[in-house]
Amino acid sequence: MTPFFPHDPVPKNNVMHTGSALLTNDVGLHARPSVKLTQLAKRFGAHVEFSLAKNGPWVDAKSPVKVMRFKAAKGETLHFRASGSDATEALAAIVALVERGFATDGDGSSQTPQV
Amino acid sequence: MANVGIVIVSHSPKIAEGAADMVRQMVGDSVPLAWTGGNPEGGLGTDVASIIEAIGRAWSDAGVAVLVDLGGAETNTEMAIDMLESGRREKVVVCEAPVVEGAVMAATEASGGATLDAVRRTAEELSPT
Repeated sequence: MTPFFPHDPVPKNNVMHTGSALLTNDVGLHARPSVKLTQLAKRFGAHVEFSLAKNGPWVDAKSPVKVMRFKAAKGETLHFRASGSDATEALAAIVALVERGFATDGDGSSQTPQV
Repeated sequence: MANVGIVIVSHSPKIAEGAADMVRQMVGDSVPLAWTGGNPEGGLGTDVASIIEAIGRAWSDAGVAVLVDLGGAETNTEMAIDMLESGRREKVVVCEAPVVEGAVMAATEASGGATLDAVRRTAEELSPT
């Protein structure tokens, strides 16, 4: 399904932006990182998906249950793709979250509890 | 509009409190949250009056999603919802979902500003179909 953004002209809507980030935190995409990823994706209007491979299969980054079910370990690369008016901002924020090991932005702690 | 609230109802106060701890640690403080468990005598069970109070503590005008464990937790929660005033009653739903996982998933959805219906659907995605 193609998401419809009424505030966005259709041609721009079809542009798919991509990005990727290496999982560096010890637990990979486990419970707490999954929640953080979902919460961050939900702050943007863009449709955001991710995968362990460049060509999918793609998982909706805004679905708490689908993200929680997704298994990815330290050392694997997460590939992201996004479309919508704030797609580039969404990708930048999400890639940054993964790259800093899911540490909360600005709380000064680099140690994410291992859940 | 405020985020949907989450209420956890278990026969065991330890389970209810522990599940609420997980929600707070994993999801954060942006979602109204309350828990209740045990009967007034201090044993395992659930209590209608305590459930009504918990719904009040987690109240949000966007609605409240309740996670329950077994049997009486569900029937007592339904009774508690029936006893709420009109105007509130319609904004409280019981999620057919496992209590711990359901609470965390529902709260994650709620923290993004989702509607009560979306919150319930996310929690219920966990149940086998």
